[in-house]
Amino acid sequence: MMGGNMKGGWFRGYAIVYLLVLYAPIMLLPIFAFNDSAIVSFPLAGFTTKWFTQMAGEPTLHDALKNSLFIAVSTAVISTLLGILAARASTRFVFPAKGAIMGLIMLPLVLPEIIAAVSLLVVFLGIGIPLGLITIILGHVLVCTPFSIAILSAAFQSLDKSLEEAAYDLGETPLSTFWLIILPLVMPGIISSLLITFTISLDEFIMAFFLGGTNVTLPVYIFSQFRFPQSVPVIMALGTLLVLLSITLLAIAEYFRRRGIAKTGGKNTGGFL
Amino acid sequence: MTFSADRPTMIEFRDVHKYYGDYHALRGISGEIKAGEFFSLLGPSGCGKTTLLRTIAGFEGISSGVVLIDGKDTAGIPPNKRPTNMVFQSYAIFPHLTVAENVGFGLRRDPRSKAEKAKAVDEALEMVGLKGYGARAANALSGGQRQRVALARALILKPKVLLLDEPLSALDKKMRELMQVELIKLQRQVGITFILVTHDQEEALVMSDRIAVMFEGEIAQLADPETLYRRPNSRKVADFIGTMNFIPCEVLSQGVDTIEVEAKGLGRVTLSADQAPPPKGGEAPVVGLRPETLTLVYPGQSTQDRTVDGVVDEVIYFGDMTYYDVYIGGTDVEVRLSMRNVPGRPILDVGSKVQLAWNPSALVLFR
Repeated sequence: MMGGNMKGGWFRGYAIVYLLVLYAPIMLLPIFAFNDSAIVSFPLAGFTTKWFTQMAGEPTLHDALKNSLFIAVSTAVISTLLGILAARASTRFVFPAKGAIMGLIMLPLVLPEIIAAVSLLVVFLGIGIPLGLITIILGHVLVCTPFSIAILSAAFQSLDKSLEEAAYDLGETPLSTFWLIILPLVMPGIISSLLITFTISLDEFIMAFFLGGTNVTLPVYIFSQFRFPQSVPVIMALGTLLVLLSITLLAIAEYFRRRGIAKTGGKNTGGFL
Repeated sequence: MTFSADRPTMIEFRDVHKYYGDYHALRGISGEIKAGEFFSLLGPSGCGKTTLLRTIAGFEGISSGVVLIDGKDTAGIPPNKRPTNMVFQSYAIFPHLTVAENVGFGLRRDPRSKAEKAKAVDEALEMVGLKGYGARAANALSGGQRQRVALARALILKPKVLLLDEPLSALDKKMRELMQVELIKLQRQVGITFILVTHDQEEALVMSDRIAVMFEGEIAQLADPETLYRRPNSRKVADFIGTMNFIPCEVLSQGVDTIEVEAKGLGRVTLSADQAPPPKGGEAPVVGLRPETLTLVYPGQSTQDRTVDGVVDEVIYFGDMTYYDVYIGGTDVEVRLSMRNVPGRPILDVGSKVQLAWNPSALVLFR
């Protein structure tokens, strides 16, 4: 009994330290974003919202934001579409070398991103594709599609095959069955995939840095601004907003993922949150 | 049995084979299913009964042979163009639709007006005893209710054939027995050909006009339930349907209409030709005897039947019935017999010396 409690106490302590190390640095963002001093250090100087005001009047930041949003939306749509196709194929059909093909598609999850970025850069320059938003989107699609497939595979997997057969049996074509039965049932997974790939693309740095040419995305802008000490508090303010946005989007994504599982009557086998 | 053999043919199999790679799932299925018949495909799992059902629905192609529905070759016709509808083992109720939307799903391409379709849905729901359930979410239904929705959804299209893939296997015993009776009534009411896949021999006997017993991709016997039970054509079928005692025997002489055998413990018996299905070969001959065709003769009772002495080896009490395992005729042959527990019939003890009455007409010879 005593031993059990001691053990529980140790694990609880470990968990708290673990979470602190993980999240305490992020908690510094809002603290310094509202700190009335150009120097990011303790002790705190006083409360201000001027960094947020200053951020709102920064034209290069606006351009970076516009670029990032365009890239993130495009990436989310394209990688989710590809994800739907791949997830459907991998869960419903048997084809030669399926394991190898799926493995290669999922590889970017574990591939060092810098390797992929440099390779893509060489390819784009080699075949003469000008660097810009399109090349960043291509890079991001490469990174995001595996996530999309992982989310959507779970959604497609939990579909009972006889639902499709029943619709087919009741007079629908394979195509209309897809629209009427499969798509509505995996819709929560699709929304979840859109939100997560959007979030990943929004804060992706390496691809954007290598493949962007003169186009700057939000993370690249933040990186470049760190050279100027006076703009660090503004970055803190921007970071605070990005953290809030990411948490909100991930929470919504998780909500839809769980709702999708409940809808198809499947078991929750864990997701990204 | 109410079934009459002179009805028109609804489904015909002509030497149907199906391969999955090297696996020979259907091995030359031939036979007919009559219009308006309640037909069962019965067999252990993996015998090909579900595959055969799915070839009728069009979900499985066949490797060779012909499947005719209402006289038309089904080759190349997809499931959505066949006059068949299916009730799936999992029921396959669309979870994102209401009960009414589920039932009316097949009417999407129907040219009738919205009001007429709604009326058809209401009628279908009423037919399966779910009147007023239309607006409910399909997800909120119990197993038995889902089953009814699946039935209504399939029957609303007035198919020529309704295919049922183990529809009762997910229900508990009470519910299953209730649904068996309801399905029989429903089938009589709509007059549509029902084809049921089941591994439950009792279910098949209760519900069917005729049953095809399948083993390893082949139809072992196709007959009405009574024939199947009383005159199984092989030891395997006899063993699968109900309980049967197998008693080693020797064939003494084969006449034109009769066969003389010497059964161990029972003695010399003369069987009529219909008690001896065509020989299968390969196994030592046995005679089969159902437990209920053997009766205990209590002291003071008399019987017209032949009798044999025995010793009770085991007593299994079932409430309404008692099963006795008895060594007969001073041999090591043990038979099981069942007696209804009615007043005046005490339950006997193990070791009791008993007399069993039996009639030669109840025997079937397997060789």
